[in-house]
Amino acid sequence: MSEVAALRRKYARRHVAARVGVYGSAVLAALVCALPFLWSAVSAFKQNQDLYNPESNPFYFNKPATPDHVKFLFRDTPFLTFVGNTLIVGAAVVAITLALALPAAYSLARLDRPWGTPMGIAIFMVYLVPPSLLFLSLTRVVVWLRLEDTLWSMIVVYPTITVPVSVWLLIGFLKAVPKDVEEQAMVDGHSRLGAFFRAVLPLVFPGVVAVVVFSFTLTASEFVYALAFVSASPEMVVSTGVPTQLVRGDVFFWQSLQAATVVTAVPIAFLFNLFLDRFVTGFTMGAVKT
Amino acid sequence: MTDARTETEPVAVPGEAARPKVGLADRDGFLAWAMLLPSVVYIAALVGVPFLLAVAFAFSDVTTGDPSFDFVGFRNFTAVFDDGVFWRALRNTLVFTLASMALIVVFGKILANILVAEFRGKWFVRFLVLLPWTTPVSLSTISWLWFLDSIYSPVDWVLRHLGLIDGNVVWLGRPGTAMASVIAVQTWRLTPLAAVIVMAGLVAIPRDVDEAARIDGAGFWRRMFEVTIPLTLPVIAVAGLFGAIMTFTDMTVPFVLTRGGPTHSTDVLASWAYFRGIEGGDVGQGAAIALFLFPLLLAGAVAILRAVRRLEAG
Repeated sequence: MSEVAALRRKYARRHVAARVGVYGSAVLAALVCALPFLWSAVSAFKQNQDLYNPESNPFYFNKPATPDHVKFLFRDTPFLTFVGNTLIVGAAVVAITLALALPAAYSLARLDRPWGTPMGIAIFMVYLVPPSLLFLSLTRVVVWLRLEDTLWSMIVVYPTITVPVSVWLLIGFLKAVPKDVEEQAMVDGHSRLGAFFRAVLPLVFPGVVAVVVFSFTLTASEFVYALAFVSASPEMVVSTGVPTQLVRGDVFFWQSLQAATVVTAVPIAFLFNLFLDRFVTGFTMGAVKT
Repeated sequence: MTDARTETEPVAVPGEAARPKVGLADRDGFLAWAMLLPSVVYIAALVGVPFLLAVAFAFSDVTTGDPSFDFVGFRNFTAVFDDGVFWRALRNTLVFTLASMALIVVFGKILANILVAEFRGKWFVRFLVLLPWTTPVSLSTISWLWFLDSIYSPVDWVLRHLGLIDGNVVWLGRPGTAMASVIAVQTWRLTPLAAVIVMAGLVAIPRDVDEAARIDGAGFWRRMFEVTIPLTLPVIAVAGLFGAIMTFTDMTVPFVLTRGGPTHSTDVLASWAYFRGIEGGDVGQGAAIALFLFPLLLAGAVAILRAVRRLEAG
């Protein structure tokens, strides 16, 4: 009897220890990952005398908080232009990516050609070709096309990054749709193409949304191409504009820079978190079933 | 593969031809090409051609000021090899990549285990954990730039108040600590990606395997090392290789954090190619430097493929 009770207590203790371990490690992980951002959020509202004093505690306000530097960011720097440019480039790249990747993924996932699998692998390999290998020659190409210092340079080139990974993700989602769906639509009198648009596309909508978010994030983060193609401030995007234009000579507008980081980081991570489960499933499906 | 083709094709072709009134939109063979072709043409034009061009540039005297193409043989390569900075950058790239990869795999695995556990407030924790990966690198690195500032660094402030250091460390101003900082930031930003990939593998483990081990009395660590890790090894390998390729070819963190300094101690191949090819204007030499990324990249890609194959087999 007492043995059972002792065993039960032992398991209860183990359970409590496991819960404490889970919460403890979760909080620690969140802190390590988010600390620079939390601290940036505090610094963005600090007065100069507070921030530029090596003795003052960097983690809270030693002098009253001020919104001046955040206002400065929005009013007196081209930050909002950068944000607008990022959105324009992102939207255009997402549209091109979907137009190219959806048909390609359908072709590879469904129209069983003997070259389907090797072609799928080849396209995935392209994802691994890095900007740092191509930026020099692409810069020359952009100059030949007379696109240097324009948003178009990024709109034309970025899909080389987003299309391969989107095809890979979409193949996974398409393979999860039962074949009967198209066959039924085709029996109902639609062509193969019509069946794809009317029956299959609505079912892979979650995958399409995942691709949109993923492509946009990749586009917003890209740095090397944007840096090499565009050197005129009004055509810059957030990823290059903030580090190059808000730093004048050796003068950093620290609080404004911190504010720009937080303002950009939070919405993207929020969006991404909404769709995280879909990436996880999409990634496994693409990997396992190809 | 070849057997399947010889078997299906003779059957499929007369079958399609015999069907009455088959429109183009119904012919699988045509559709398969028509739907794939735009992507293939696009990628060939903007990845394939630039790649060949990059190889051509490496053997030319193209500069940003004088873009006319003249073949110069191996002159760029000898010039690059004679420059000590190249060897330094090559060594830095290897150190940077290997150290980051090892750390990314270990932390990514730990983080994935945390993220698959059930607990309250998981959504918010996940949001915070994703921040380093989803934020544009060039911006999050700015946060770090100030975190590691020579005078106002909060890291130093904490260490000073704990009595561990007297003066400031000047993290980015000394070769050793500058390299350590670059590796730390890279690890910090790619660990969430590795965790997401490993999560995909953890989710795919059949529940009953883990439960069977639990019923057999295996504890947490035993299950971790004898069940979970062996089963997810291919996925962990994929995560590690992704981390390696992204680190190996990346220049953003060193570029924003240290601009390759102090005195090239954190210059990597990609950043050195940028400084030479774009800022220095010598496209030929820049291309020759960047070309060195390719063989190692190819090896990494083949390794990823093998790991994925094992994933399918398992």
